[in-house]
Amino acid sequence: MISYILRRTFAAVILLLVVSAVTFAIFFLLPRLAGQTADQLAQQYIGKSPSKADIVAVKHNLGLDQPVYVQYWHFIKGIVAGADYNLGPTTVHCDVPCFGYSFKDHVAVWPQLTQRIPITLSLAAGAAVLWLVSGVVIGVISALKPRSVFDRTFMGIALAGVSLPMFFTGNLAILLFVFNWPIFGRDYVPFTENPEQWANTLFPAWCSLALLYSAIYARLTRSGMLETMNEDFIRTARAKGLRERNVVVRHGLRAALTPIITVFGMDLGLLLGGAVITESVFSLGGVGQYAVQGITDNDLPKILGVTLLAAFFVVIANLVVDVLYAAADPRVRLS
Amino acid sequence: MTELSKTGAAVGEPTHSGKAPEAFLEVRDLKVHFPTDDGLVKSVDGLSFSLEKGKTLAIVGESGSGKSVTSQAIMGLHRLGTRGKNVQMSGEIWLDGKELVSAAPDEVRKLRGREMAMIFQDPLSAMHPYYKVGDQIVEAYRVHHDVSKKVARARAVEMLDRVGIPEPAKRVDGYPHEFSGGMRQRAMIAMALVNNPELLIADEPTTALDVTVQAQILDLIRDLQKEFGSAVIMITHDLGVVAEIADDVLVMYGGRCVERGPAGEVFEQPQHPYTWGLLGSMPRIDRETSERLIPVKGSPPSLINVPSGCAFHPRCPYADIPKGNVTRTVRPELEQVSTGHWSACHLSAEDRQRIWTEEIAPKL
Repeated sequence: MISYILRRTFAAVILLLVVSAVTFAIFFLLPRLAGQTADQLAQQYIGKSPSKADIVAVKHNLGLDQPVYVQYWHFIKGIVAGADYNLGPTTVHCDVPCFGYSFKDHVAVWPQLTQRIPITLSLAAGAAVLWLVSGVVIGVISALKPRSVFDRTFMGIALAGVSLPMFFTGNLAILLFVFNWPIFGRDYVPFTENPEQWANTLFPAWCSLALLYSAIYARLTRSGMLETMNEDFIRTARAKGLRERNVVVRHGLRAALTPIITVFGMDLGLLLGGAVITESVFSLGGVGQYAVQGITDNDLPKILGVTLLAAFFVVIANLVVDVLYAAADPRVRLS
Repeated sequence: MTELSKTGAAVGEPTHSGKAPEAFLEVRDLKVHFPTDDGLVKSVDGLSFSLEKGKTLAIVGESGSGKSVTSQAIMGLHRLGTRGKNVQMSGEIWLDGKELVSAAPDEVRKLRGREMAMIFQDPLSAMHPYYKVGDQIVEAYRVHHDVSKKVARARAVEMLDRVGIPEPAKRVDGYPHEFSGGMRQRAMIAMALVNNPELLIADEPTTALDVTVQAQILDLIRDLQKEFGSAVIMITHDLGVVAEIADDVLVMYGGRCVERGPAGEVFEQPQHPYTWGLLGSMPRIDRETSERLIPVKGSPPSLINVPSGCAFHPRCPYADIPKGNVTRTVRPELEQVSTGHWSACHLSAEDRQRIWTEEIAPKL
């Protein structure tokens, strides 16, 4: 088990290196291949109508005059050893781990990210609890009474939930419950400062996000339960004289839940890399919003940072899911 | 097997006599019908039999003859789950003086596992893959006994030991997939017998097992039956199993009983052409390998559109012998051939005797 986790962690590091190389290539190599010169790249980080000397200086400061692989090497070195950025009059030191330096805001990327992670985490965790619980409960009840009024109603809502985009449900929630009837707060407050207000502000965002996912989870649970409840071991459990409730929960749900845990881990990992649309709709300054900023400003280090962070969460989620799966299903051996 | 006052003659009438029979288990005119989109599936359509404690009844028949549905009807299992909501059931099932068809579901649940228990065909899929074997036995025991986990666990170890699992104290913590096929079936038997049930239903308990293990499992069931004095219903399509273990045999075809009687007699003097067919299709070690098995031609009848008259007539080589169109129009009822031996066939006793001694017996 331990050696399995170690090996997987090692593989994860390699994977992250590959992801970083690919991302770096996309942002720094592709423009060159497409015909952009280093001068043109440098120009976008200076104000309007720059002089020739400015361009040369910026190009040199940002390292854009060097070959791409050297730039990549500096980037990786920065993560492990920190880096210095020469901004003309001053030199800024970027602490370890240095995931680049925003040329537009003139701040290091990493502290910006760490500041925003708690917000994304708050959003994702709250929504995850909501969607997992509601999705599984609805899925189980639907599976126990397939084609009943409950089943049809909630599977209809589920279809709507998957189909309706966040910028519709999210904005509707804000319009109704924040502006029309101001039940929920507008400004995000960290959990450590005021847990009640934290939950109060995030609640509409949680619900909107959960609606999207719980729809999928309700369907997943429903089909899983329908399949499991036809298994032979369910008949055995009934033959023992167990109450139907115990048959459903201890034998049916226990087996149907395992694959759901897998999907759940992956979804959560993906979401931690930034819930781009939700954060934008609800004006939450999380990782996703940072990515949007980076894209609108063409600020490559930001995008690179967010991409790597997202990849990191997905890889970790994968590892956790695999270990959890082995714990949940005794037939799975980690080796 | 006790004599039945009511035989096939009672079929069709709603007969809840309300009188408890003398036999330990008595099934009277049992019907189990499942409505489906294609029509009404008459899985069991008027079945009666009885069984005493300490005796073994083998129910024999092809797939879809209704034998498994019968066993699940006794256990009350087919009423549960999504399919069970619209099952139609009539008749009487008397277990130790209690009528089960009309009983409240929770009353039947309390009997399940305690007074009647079941062993299933494939022990790998019949055990929960995520729980330890011991925990599954503990669960079966604690449903009906208000004891601590420790006491129940000791009981589980005792039962595993009793069914011949080596190192039971260690294996109690094993998972089903860590057991071999035969060991799993032993554990399954331990789980079924943990509450000392008086009725044990074994639904093809050896079908999924290695041939070498089959005999061991049958021996085990027989030994345990002697020890606990329980009644056993053995559902099987393997006549070898029947010969090995059964006191009485009931042959099912198309949801009905076509022949039943003491095992020896059914083997020596089978009265129904379908039983002849079953015997002819059974491989025997004492037969020349060059001799071919004689299959029963055709396929099992549809349970939605059961053939008119005798359900077996489309496959019966002797369907034209009785005069008129009687095999195609009139459903034969069970008639007593000799004491306790019943058969439902339009052939006259003389014809049956002649065909059996001249045509069938020499080939077996």
